[in-house]
Amino acid sequence: MGEEDLYRDIILDHFKNPRNKGAVADPDIKVTGANPFCGDEIEITLKIQNNRAETLGINAQGCAISQASTSMMSEALQGKQLNEIKDAIAFFRDQMLSQQTKDWPPQMEDLESLEGVKQYPVRVKCALLAWNTLAEGIKEFQAQGNQKVAARHVEGEQ
Amino acid sequence: MKETLSSTLENKNSKLDILKVRADFPLIAKNKVIYLDNAATTQKPKTVIQALTNFYENSNANIHRGVYRLSEEATEAYESIRKKVARFVGAQNGASSIVFTRNATEAVNLVAYAWGEKFINAGDEIILTEMEHHSNIVPWQLLTQRKKAKVKYVPYDPGTGKPQWEALSSLMTERTKLVAFTHVSNSLGTINPVQEVIRSIRKLGSPKILIDGAQGVPHLPAHVDDWGCDFLVFSAHKMLGPTGIGVLWAKKEILEAMEPFLGGGDMIKEVSLETARWNDVPWKFEAGTPNVADVIAFGPAIDYLEKIGLAAIGRHEQELTRYALGRLEQTPGITLYGTKTAEERCGVVSFNIQGVHPHDSGTLLARENIAVRVGHHCNMPLMKKLGIMGTTRASFYLYNTLEEVDALIRAIPKIQKIFS
Ligand SMILES: Cc1ncc(COP(=O)(O)O)c(C=O)c1O
Repeated sequence: MGEEDLYRDIILDHFKNPRNKGAVADPDIKVTGANPFCGDEIEITLKIQNNRAETLGINAQGCAISQASTSMMSEALQGKQLNEIKDAIAFFRDQMLSQQTKDWPPQMEDLESLEGVKQYPVRVKCALLAWNTLAEGIKEFQAQGNQKVAARHVEGEQ
Repeated sequence: MKETLSSTLENKNSKLDILKVRADFPLIAKNKVIYLDNAATTQKPKTVIQALTNFYENSNANIHRGVYRLSEEATEAYESIRKKVARFVGAQNGASSIVFTRNATEAVNLVAYAWGEKFINAGDEIILTEMEHHSNIVPWQLLTQRKKAKVKYVPYDPGTGKPQWEALSSLMTERTKLVAFTHVSNSLGTINPVQEVIRSIRKLGSPKILIDGAQGVPHLPAHVDDWGCDFLVFSAHKMLGPTGIGVLWAKKEILEAMEPFLGGGDMIKEVSLETARWNDVPWKFEAGTPNVADVIAFGPAIDYLEKIGLAAIGRHEQELTRYALGRLEQTPGITLYGTKTAEERCGVVSFNIQGVHPHDSGTLLARENIAVRVGHHCNMPLMKKLGIMGTTRASFYLYNTLEEVDALIRAIPKIQKIFS
C-alpha cells in the first residue's frame, strides 16, 4: 500500500468532521483516554440500555490518525450490543497489530483506510487509543455489575 | 542550485568542507535520508565505526585485570580516553574526575544517589528550570520525594524563549543545596549563558551546580574549570560517539566525598566478608566491567570534532539555523518557538504547522525521507507551559546542508495542502 494512502480523504474527512461529537447526558460509561507520547486526549460517553450502546458521544483532540479512528469507531459501534462492541474492538486490534489482515465487515469499511498506519509502527497507538479506551470503560462497567462508571485509560510509552 | 548554496557555505566557513565531511559519515554519504534529528542522536564517522571493529578484532580484553599484554593495552586505551574527555571539557589534569556511565541520564542519577543521598536532607531545595529534559527533572523528583525535600523551578518565558534567570534571586534560600540546569535546550535550542548564571548563583549562595551538557558539549566549548560548576553530564552518542557511553565530570573533592553508586568489582580496593574499602575516584563509580569498546571508540569522535573545530561547526550550524528560521518565518501558517534570533540558539528550529498535529507533520515528512523529531521531546512541563502537545523539531550538525533545509521547507506546503 502506498504511503499516500495513510492520509486519504476518508481519514481527513473524519478528522475535519468528527461524528458523534459531544458528550451524552448522564452517561452510564464515561471513560477518558490519553496517549502521553502524542498528547492525544479523548473522552467517550455512553448511554447503555439493555446492554446496548444507545447513544455514544466523543470529545477528542489530537493527531489526525487518532481523531479519525475515534470518529470512525463511534460510527461503527453506535447502537451495537456490548458483546458485539467487544468483538469489534478485538477484531480492530487484531487488524492493526497482525501482519495479515482479514476482510473488513461492511459496518467497519471506513476503518480499512487506517491500515496504512501499520507502516508507521509508532503511530499504531494513535489508531488504537479510542478502542483501548472504550474497552477499558466497558470492562469497568461490567466489573461494577453494570453500574455507572468513570474510568481512565493511559497508553504506555514505547 | 545545489552547488551554489553549498559553495556559499564553504566560502564563508573556509574550514568546513561540507562535501568532505559528508563523505566521512557512511550513513550520511549514502544520501538516503535527510537527517535532521541530531539532538536525538548523531551519525558516526568512519573512524568511530572502525575503532569499534578494530577493538574487537585486534585488542579485545578486559581492563584493570589481566597481567598480560592485551589487557594492559586495553586498559591504557580506555584510560587515555578519560584524559581526552577531560581536556575536551576544559578540565585541566581532570582525568580522575571523569566517570564513564551509560548515558547522561545515568550520570544525573549517579549524582542524585551518590551525592544526593548523603547531602540532601528534609526541607532542602533543588532548583531546576522549566526547560529541563525529563532526565534532569525526574531523578531530582525521586530524590526529593525520598528525602522530603523540594524541587523549585526557574520559569520559562515564552516571550523571550529563555528562562527568567532573574527569578533566581527570589527562589534561592539557604536551603538551596543544588541548582541544575541545561546548557542548551533540546527542544528549542536556547543557549543558556552558563558562565553568567553560575556567577549570579555564586553571588546568592553556595549550592552545588550541575550543568546538563547533553546538548551543549557536542556543539559549544565547555570550560568546567573556568565556569566553576561542580558537575557536568553528557552523552557520547550526541557528539558523533557510540551509544552506551555517558560522562559525569565532577570536582574531585566532591567525588571523593560521595558514597558509591553501584557496588561490585573494580570499585573496591579490598573486600572482606563483612565490609569493603572503596577504590579511588573515578573507579569507585565504575562497578563491574565497563563498556570498554565504546569508550575506546569515543576517542575518534572527539578527535573528529577537534579536527574540524567546534568554532567552525558552530558557524556552520548558525548559518543553517539562521537560514531555516528565515525561511520558516516567510512560510505562511507556521508557529515558531524559542528565541527570536539564531545567535541565541544552538542548531535547533522548533515549529508547528498550524492546524496540523506534530505527529502528522512528522509522518508526512518521513514520507519525504526527512527525519525530524516530533512530540514533546522529553520536555512535557515545557510543552505544557507553551500550551501545546508538542512541536516539530529540526536539529542540525556539521554534515547538514542548506539544501536539506530547503527540502524541509519545500515539504511544508505539501502537508498544508493535505490538511487544507
Ligand atoms: C538536554 C538533555 N539532557 C539529557 C538528555 C539525556 O540523554 P541520554 O538519553 O543520552 O541519557 C538529553 C537527550 O535527549 C537531552 O537532550
